[in-house]
Amino acid sequence: MSTDARDRVTPDDERYTAMAASAEFDALRRALRSFVFPMTVAFLAWYLLYVLLSAYARGFMGTTLIGHVNVAFVFGILQFVSTFLIAWWYSRYAAAKIDPVADRLRAELESAVTR
Amino acid sequence: MSTRTLTIILFLCFVAVTLGITVWASRQTKTAVDYYAGGRSFSGFQNGLAIGGDYMSAASFLGIAGLIALYGYDGFLYSIGFLVAWLVALLLVAELMRNSGRYTMADVLSYRMRQRPVRTAAAVSTITVSIFYLLAQMVGAGALVALLLGIKPGTTFLGMTADQAKVATIVMVGVLMIVYVTVGGMKGTTYVQIVKAGLLMVGAALMTVLVLAHFGFNPSTMLGRAMAASGKGPAFVEPGLRYGKDIAGDPVATLWSKLDLISLGLALVLGTAGLPHILIRFYTVPTARAARKSVLWAIGLIGAFYLMTLALGFGAAALVGHQAITAQDPAGNTAAPQLAEKLGLDLGGTTGGAVLLAVIAAVAFATILAVVAGLTLASSSSLAHDFYANVVKRGTATERQEVIVAKVAAFAIGGVSILLSIFATKLNVAFLVALAFAIAASANLPAILFSLFWRRFNTAGAVAGIYGGLLSAVVLVFFSPVVSGKVAPDGKSASLFPLGTDFHWFPLENPGLVSIPLGFLCAYLGTVLSKEHDEAKYAELEVRSLTGAGAH
Repeated sequence: MSTDARDRVTPDDERYTAMAASAEFDALRRALRSFVFPMTVAFLAWYLLYVLLSAYARGFMGTTLIGHVNVAFVFGILQFVSTFLIAWWYSRYAAAKIDPVADRLRAELESAVTR
Repeated sequence: MSTRTLTIILFLCFVAVTLGITVWASRQTKTAVDYYAGGRSFSGFQNGLAIGGDYMSAASFLGIAGLIALYGYDGFLYSIGFLVAWLVALLLVAELMRNSGRYTMADVLSYRMRQRPVRTAAAVSTITVSIFYLLAQMVGAGALVALLLGIKPGTTFLGMTADQAKVATIVMVGVLMIVYVTVGGMKGTTYVQIVKAGLLMVGAALMTVLVLAHFGFNPSTMLGRAMAASGKGPAFVEPGLRYGKDIAGDPVATLWSKLDLISLGLALVLGTAGLPHILIRFYTVPTARAARKSVLWAIGLIGAFYLMTLALGFGAAALVGHQAITAQDPAGNTAAPQLAEKLGLDLGGTTGGAVLLAVIAAVAFATILAVVAGLTLASSSSLAHDFYANVVKRGTATERQEVIVAKVAAFAIGGVSILLSIFATKLNVAFLVALAFAIAASANLPAILFSLFWRRFNTAGAVAGIYGGLLSAVVLVFFSPVVSGKVAPDGKSASLFPLGTDFHWFPLENPGLVSIPLGFLCAYLGTVLSKEHDEAKYAELEVRSLTGAGAH
């Protein structure tokens, strides 16, 4: 028995190549990339801003807001909030824009295959 | 009954329950897919819990709480990096890996490459990251047992001195993790993680509520009291006491210190999605959608947990105090257990203190066990599936042979870790966790991202990226102050090597700032300098990873 992932019975190479070149798949690829790439840049920039401010803007980070809670804490908590929000947003986006297309293309590929 | 006895009883209960589960899981484990991937039968929620169990190590439970208790705000920097990192896994890695891989990280990396060089490189990197992480956990376990069981220098426990108890703990932890992995496989290990995650969340939540109740459920009051008790004033609730320090009169040292903070931040946020023991968790669920769901659950759990460590850390600073904590452990690892004792004391007198301390100490041991089991599984799987089956046997090994080799590998890796940990008990190995993250970010992440998203990527690029990132991280750390030449304020060595040995020339303690870009650069250069590239195979990988067609 083989242990190599590529040896399983799967749709053959030409089908994959054709699918990869199809307009439908291109739309799926674009739907995914147009969300995850900008979002990754955005949250990394937002996180780096936080790290840089922690390193270099101590005065600003130490500004007291309410009671003993300062900007540094609010900024830190906001990193949690943004992480939760992006995760939630992505799950909504994927369920609406990615899953249905992926399911359809997958069914298309697998039904056309002679096993 | 003393706290010590109660701790041991509770811990033995955990061991008994998890061993029971392991034996049960072994009866359900028949094929390679059962052994490596738990039969891909876990739900998103179960796997989310297990990811939490794999990820929330003693370093994050005891370490971050201790860091906050001693240095205030800076401990929080760590938790933020550890959490935000999950977005990389969620958006870029989890689903695509689930769809295109089978058992190990290398399945995806080698998909459109020449198998042997890429799988060898991936196995080397997987095993290096896992062993470093294992060492940190096991040496930590040894140090903890003396502290948590209260074995002080000069006294003995069951006839063992503190040093002997450390060795005994390391051996016990090592043997248990080997049993979990070889008997229970991924299924058994996953349930151990799930049980541990549940215990950890409940324990942390209980303490958080008790801490907050102390301050009228007003976090600001808690911060104020922690600030006052720390004797450091407002600086205690601002960044800068531990990382990125301003060193008066020395602008160069200040610059390095700040860059070190940025370097650490980068490694934390980019390392998670390259940790092999986390990546193989995505294979335990049936679909990409379930993989997504498990990361969503993990983000929720891990986020909630790190918010609770704020209460634990500042609570310990306010209620236990700097002196009492450093008297027990200068690194602050006992802050959370000491806080538990204090909270229990206020709640139910001496008995209450003993009970809560025992509960939290037992949870800490459970935490360590679950994490080391996950690491052993990841590294032995890679050794068997990548190196033995695909490099040595060139894909001709049977499933049965592969699983047998995986079990032997778990014994070997477990044994090596036990030995190394025993030799390392006297060394300062806390830096190994940060190093493991740096290697994961420098060696694994570039290869994973380029594999999934870059059409032109090829064998030379993958091999150059993995070895380049791995070597640069390890070499830079070897010549950094964590290995030699750092002197603590008390005049003792703060490095791996004793005083008097100093061969460091790299100024940063965290290599990420240099080694992560180097890893990406090596992967890029390796790719463009080699003509090889398989257009059809990339089409196949891309279609499979996005649609889930032909997924295992």
